[in-house]
Amino acid sequence: MEIALTLLVGCFFTVSIYLLLSKYIIRVLLGVGILGNAVNLLIFTAGRLEREVPPIIPDGNMVPETVTANPLPQALILTAIVISFSFFAFLLVLAFRSYQDLKTDDTENMRFAEPADEPHPPLGY
Amino acid sequence: MNTVIFRAVAPYLTALMVVFSVFILLRGHNEPGGGFIGGLIAASAFAMYGISNGVAAVRRSLYFHPISIAGFGLLLAGLSGALSVFFHVPYLTGLWTKVAIGSVELDLSTPLFFDIGVYCVVVGAISAIALALEERQAD
Amino acid sequence: MSVTLYILMAPFLAALLSPVLIRFLGHRAVWLLALVPAFVFIHLSGYLPTVAAGEAVTGGIQWVPSLGANLSYLIDGLSLTFALLISGIGTLIILYAGGYLSSHPQLGRFVGFLFLFMGSMLWVVMADGLIALFVAWELTSITSFLLIGFDHNRAASRRAAIQALLVTGAGGLSLLAGVVVLNRISGMTELSLLINGGDVVRDSPYYLLALILVLGAAFTKSAQFPFHFWLPNAMEAPTPVSAFLHSATMVKAGVYMLMRLNPVLGDTAVWETVLPLFGIVTLVTATLLAVRQTDLKLMLAYTTVGSLGLLVMLTGFGSERAIEGAVYYLVAHALFKGGLFMVAGIVDHESGTRDIRKLGGLRKAMPITFAAAALAGLSMAGLPPFIGFIAKEEIYAAIGKGDLWSISLTVLAIFGNALMLVIGAALAIKPFLGAKVETPKHAHEGPVLLWLGPLTLSVMGLLSALFASYSNHFIISPMSTAVAGTGIEAHGVVAFHIGLPLLLSLVTIGLGIAIFWKLDTARLIMARVLHIIGWGPDRGFDQVVAGIVRLSVAITRVLQNGRMEAYMTSVFLVFGISVWLSLIHFGELPAWPSFPSMTFYEWGMMLLALLGLIAVLTAYNRLTAIVSLGIQGFAVAVIFMLFGAPDLSFTQFMVETLSVVILALVMTRLTLNKTDRRPMRETVFDFAAALVAGSAFTALLLAVVGVPFDPALSEFFSANSRVIAHGRNIVNVIIVDFRGFDTLGEIAVVMITGLAIIALIRVKQRKPRFEYELEGPDE
Repeated sequence: MEIALTLLVGCFFTVSIYLLLSKYIIRVLLGVGILGNAVNLLIFTAGRLEREVPPIIPDGNMVPETVTANPLPQALILTAIVISFSFFAFLLVLAFRSYQDLKTDDTENMRFAEPADEPHPPLGY
Repeated sequence: MNTVIFRAVAPYLTALMVVFSVFILLRGHNEPGGGFIGGLIAASAFAMYGISNGVAAVRRSLYFHPISIAGFGLLLAGLSGALSVFFHVPYLTGLWTKVAIGSVELDLSTPLFFDIGVYCVVVGAISAIALALEERQAD
Repeated sequence: MSVTLYILMAPFLAALLSPVLIRFLGHRAVWLLALVPAFVFIHLSGYLPTVAAGEAVTGGIQWVPSLGANLSYLIDGLSLTFALLISGIGTLIILYAGGYLSSHPQLGRFVGFLFLFMGSMLWVVMADGLIALFVAWELTSITSFLLIGFDHNRAASRRAAIQALLVTGAGGLSLLAGVVVLNRISGMTELSLLINGGDVVRDSPYYLLALILVLGAAFTKSAQFPFHFWLPNAMEAPTPVSAFLHSATMVKAGVYMLMRLNPVLGDTAVWETVLPLFGIVTLVTATLLAVRQTDLKLMLAYTTVGSLGLLVMLTGFGSERAIEGAVYYLVAHALFKGGLFMVAGIVDHESGTRDIRKLGGLRKAMPITFAAAALAGLSMAGLPPFIGFIAKEEIYAAIGKGDLWSISLTVLAIFGNALMLVIGAALAIKPFLGAKVETPKHAHEGPVLLWLGPLTLSVMGLLSALFASYSNHFIISPMSTAVAGTGIEAHGVVAFHIGLPLLLSLVTIGLGIAIFWKLDTARLIMARVLHIIGWGPDRGFDQVVAGIVRLSVAITRVLQNGRMEAYMTSVFLVFGISVWLSLIHFGELPAWPSFPSMTFYEWGMMLLALLGLIAVLTAYNRLTAIVSLGIQGFAVAVIFMLFGAPDLSFTQFMVETLSVVILALVMTRLTLNKTDRRPMRETVFDFAAALVAGSAFTALLLAVVGVPFDPALSEFFSANSRVIAHGRNIVNVIIVDFRGFDTLGEIAVVMITGLAIIALIRVKQRKPRFEYELEGPDE
């Protein structure tokens, strides 16, 4: 079972990295969105898979009766999903604001911090 | 999206979703659910309300600024952990007590308040984001 | 903590006090401040009888016990003589500085720096712990940088300061490495132990390494050829600094280091070859260069370099007599050179120039200064009855031997000494005797603050020779003993013994007078020779610095080229390649998996996720891409559901919905280029890079799931969720209880991003900084 998800994780990463390598901020954003899912699936798979048994103790028992899905990666992923969403929103707004200022989403033209014709530093003292 | 039907139904749908989100929040300790999920449900309810009836309506009905709600949540979560100071146990150690209201026995615990704090942060922060973005839509 | 330790810390306290005191009391506060080093001098003088009796005193406190680093001092003949020179000359320098910069607005800062230096230098010579020694050594480099660059509005000052810092700082690093090597070899961190265990070091296979590192430190600090260039440039500093740091004390730190470690590193063939060689080359080069100069301070600076060369040569000569000569010369040099520097400063200060060609006949205007200059100049020239004479006699007695090595050293030393005599005579005679020459300022005698220092030092040069039995007993003998590691009884006196030393002295004096006669000609010849060579280490330093800047610019242009996709590509390619390489290298490639058995709806969901991914990639317009992003997200949510994670599934559903909504909200407001596609070549390359990195994740994950699972942590949570935390939903219990602190941090992050987004949206929109041609509206 894990094998199939392993390959799926690879596909998620490949697609997201391909998008991240784009020059266009919007594509990069899509890549970031997929990257979050890729990492979550990675953690989920690394914690091994169990079909259809949620980690919930039945009423009346003190411990789970049967083998359940691994709760630890779930707890990690649950918070990760919310955090990656808030960061995704932040990046989106950042991209939007930079678009408003620069009128482009092409990173080739976003060279305010590292201008292409940066002057040579002085050689004197 | 702004059809008459949608606009008419949205307030009721929102109210229903908010109630549901509280239910999800409270049952979270024993069944699937919890502060994160509940908060997200409530936040999407407000976002939907904002799309259908305008951001001003949402802000009116929320009364508090969403970020204040989030701030309150963070404070609540932090304080619920600080209670452990009085019992000489480490910060955020879970404390439990049973309160009888009539014939119903209620489990009260610091993790419950912590979860409510989480809920408030998620509702507040995410509806703040969504509303801010929708507001820009108008101008 | 003993009194001595407090005393040794006093200059640092004075450094803090001096800006305040000088602000309120003006430049006369130096009379008060000079009490501090005077007190240090008096306190340390109390150790003279003890040390003369052949004892060494140690003391101090633990500093960093875990590193074996102690703040401890070692008082023996060597360190005591140095410390007395530092505190004694320091007292005079503080007074002199008050007179020299009396109206300078930053006098307080200047005196503070001088005190900082004084404290550091005291610790260089007094420190017993090797770590403390290194720290103090570096502190002298830094304070020297501050003092040389004191006049930081001039580029020449800045250059000289940076040069001194880089050269001596590099030497400091070499010292650190040397200290570590010495510690590794011997296991000792205290000098007092190390100097008695020299055989361990000499027999070690790492002896040569330790020697090279220590010499790297000593030669840079003491300005030995080819590292001599920083010292003349350091003359950019105000004259009190030149007199104190660059003649009497700091530049001798290298010599101190060699003398201190002579019992540890010395007495080997390498030591006795390398030191004399570098020393004599430095002596001859520096004195030749000194002849060329016309600036009083520069002439003095080059002769200082020459004297340091002489000291290094004698230290490494390998006989007790040579060490005795070195000790005599060191003391003599500190006295006459410090005095002459201060004289040069007075002449500059009162006449407005220090070009020797424009000076003459000042003896009437400045009688006291002339007296000081004459006494110090005669001592420098090695004439009786001054300590310089005894030093020269001892030197010739030590090296005047029959073998070829000694003869060649002697010949070169005579040549160097003759040139030194020329400079000394020129400095003491030319500005003062002869016809009066008009100077830029009307020359007159300086205030007492100025002439007190040089007069005291030059008189000391006379007294120490006249009462040679006392100076031999208390200073020279204990110091020579400490350097050599065996008992030495010094007996130099001012008397003419008919013999080889006297003959050599006479040769030196004769040669000196001959050159002095033709000084202007000699100067022209030297200038022409240097013009023909046209390159020196000083120019080389500039070339190296410029080269470093150019190299860093080139590296920055390659690594930080401002193209985001280049950064991304390098990050992911490096990641992918390093994972694959290490998996292959360690033979831990996962086995090729067998075909998994899964239900059709599981396959279906995976297929749906894949389709979503492909749709995102191939979507022609952005809205399609957004919707496709939703598809893969929902597919992931269903996969969570299928594998027993309902909480995750719900959260994922909500988040994907909200993502699509806010993406759509923003996207519909952008007017973007129609095409954001990459050209074919880029597509292939980017996809290959993505595949390398993406498949690396698969390989890693396969390797992870290939090993047995350790369920300890998960089982703990399952077993205790209800028992301890009263909750049946284990995931929720982990979030709000077991890992509550973690969650607290995470909700804080969520809240902060919310605040940041609101701030971003509310910030006033500025005018676009750039306008770009757009190909057309989107969609």
